[in-house]
Amino acid sequence: MLNIKNLHVKLEEEDKQILKGVDLEIGAGEVHAIMGPNGSGKSTLSYVLSGRAGYEVTDGSATLLGQDLLDLEPEERAALGLFLAFQYPVEIPGVGNMTFLRTAVNSQRKMRGEDELSAGEFLKIIRAKAKTLKIDAEMLKRPVNVGFSGGEKKRNEILQMAMLEPKMCILDETDSGLDVDAMKLVAEGVNALRNEGRSFLVITHYQRLLDHIKPDVVHIMANGRMIKSGGPELALEVENNGYADLLAEVA
Amino acid sequence: MEAARKSAQARLQAMGLPQRRDEYWKYTRPDLLTTEDVAPAARLILDEAPLFDSVERLKIIFVDGVFDAQASDDLTLEGVEISQLADAPDWAQGLYGVLEENGQTPVARPLAALNSAEAEQGIVIRAHAKVSKPISLVYVRKSDASDVMLHHVVRVEEGADLTILENGPAAARLNSVMEVDIADKGAFHHVRAMGRDHERRAATHIFGRLGHESVFKSFTLTANGKLTRNEVVLEINGDNAVAHVAGAAMGDGDFLQDDTVFITHDSLNCESRQVFKKVLRNGATGVFQGKILVKAGAQKTDGYQMSQSLLLDDDSQFYGKPELEIYADDVMCSHGSTTGAIDEGAMFYLQSRGVSKVEAQDLLVLAFLDAAVDEIEDEAIAEDIRSRLEGWLARRRD
Repeated sequence: MLNIKNLHVKLEEEDKQILKGVDLEIGAGEVHAIMGPNGSGKSTLSYVLSGRAGYEVTDGSATLLGQDLLDLEPEERAALGLFLAFQYPVEIPGVGNMTFLRTAVNSQRKMRGEDELSAGEFLKIIRAKAKTLKIDAEMLKRPVNVGFSGGEKKRNEILQMAMLEPKMCILDETDSGLDVDAMKLVAEGVNALRNEGRSFLVITHYQRLLDHIKPDVVHIMANGRMIKSGGPELALEVENNGYADLLAEVA
Repeated sequence: MEAARKSAQARLQAMGLPQRRDEYWKYTRPDLLTTEDVAPAARLILDEAPLFDSVERLKIIFVDGVFDAQASDDLTLEGVEISQLADAPDWAQGLYGVLEENGQTPVARPLAALNSAEAEQGIVIRAHAKVSKPISLVYVRKSDASDVMLHHVVRVEEGADLTILENGPAAARLNSVMEVDIADKGAFHHVRAMGRDHERRAATHIFGRLGHESVFKSFTLTANGKLTRNEVVLEINGDNAVAHVAGAAMGDGDFLQDDTVFITHDSLNCESRQVFKKVLRNGATGVFQGKILVKAGAQKTDGYQMSQSLLLDDDSQFYGKPELEIYADDVMCSHGSTTGAIDEGAMFYLQSRGVSKVEAQDLLVLAFLDAAVDEIEDEAIAEDIRSRLEGWLARRRD
């Protein structure tokens, strides 16, 4: 599904190398988690994959379903099946949540050469999906993320994921700012989307999210590269002992 | 009427035409509005449904600034008297030039005095009741170098409710004045779209006087035009009155649009609200000069003033001069003026969801303008204006 090889990335504005040779391979239907200390490059990796400006790839490659991602516009990556659930979802005053979602869904369908959904069809689908995430009609009418609580914003991200039906989902610290109940709700939303053809990359600081979204593989990232990979037990080890031992191991 | 014209002529003589060095014309050069010769303006031909076509309305047509009885609807409508300026009844003759004259202090507005002195065409409207449909003034243009003056006089009687719509290319150069006198509990709604010919020039003035518990709401769309100066001068003379003035402007290239607003609060517990939004690209220029004057004793005034511009490139410019002058101590007044570019974060968020760059930018531009369009109360009319904004953007997609 997602194949990253020796990815090197620096900031465009300053000469600062953030990713220093990331290798990652995620198969179809797999759930991978990335943990790591602050500043290790986790969020940068998610931004570079989704095409945010301000980064320069100096070496390496990233492909999704065999297609080179790095040359594509963000919207083309989205149409190909990539989705990033933002750590800080952006507020867009003046754009209704519903309008935004319908535009997004239909833009992707158009790019893939599929028929656009009619207003009626769209409404039917979104109502059903919003309900399971406890998103009411009022929240759909409001401007995108404006005045939403932290939990509402994250639920809104998952709703977008559910509507867009991506193949490769990246969750960037989706658990940050969530209480236990909100985290459960979000995790349930994610788990409902798990299937053989859909993969997940879960970036998190805390093991507890991984109690709810069970990963197949856990990677530890530090200083711009993956330093260790293993099963779910690796996350528990981090939870109990911190990163010091792991960092010492590779030093 | 002759006396009113003479007196306006005398006012104009005393103040002279606006000059480049005038403080009130600091950001907008008045030359093109005052020259003897009138340069032509090419007519823009667009394959688009006429504005307000879906709105049930009474149409009054002016062709090159001259009333066209044949093309206009029958002027009889319940609750309202409509006549030509040339046949103005006594009440209108008594009002003509009066609000304009009041509006000459503390700032001179010579182009309005010029209009009162010389305008021969215009419409005179008196509403007695809630008028069932909008009066729609449509300004057709046939001549390439037309120089048009229009002077409308409107009286909204106690408890009456009137909506006036204005649109159409009007002229190569337009000078228009609308005097609006709103009696107690009267309501006046106004939505207009300035002509869209790229080279046209326009100077417009609206002078309003508001009685007790009256309502004044005006919205203007300016898309295109080489030069547009829209002045709104309101005097709130009755308690509990509400005045809203809003505008959306879209400029591309050789475009200067200037909103100059002066609202005087002279009564208790009144609300005024200004919302102006401008989207500018390819060197277009936007100007906002807005003032709220709260006189001594105008307690509990709630004044709000917002002017914002969205610059789509580095060549475009916005000049803002927001002013508050307050002589009462128990008032709430706020103003904000901002200039900015498209929000990169919002762009990336939209694109990351699959929305193309062009579409994302259009969506954000429309969202930016919507706070102004939202000031239009009638949803059907607001939708019509929105479709104009969308059309303007669509024509500029690469």
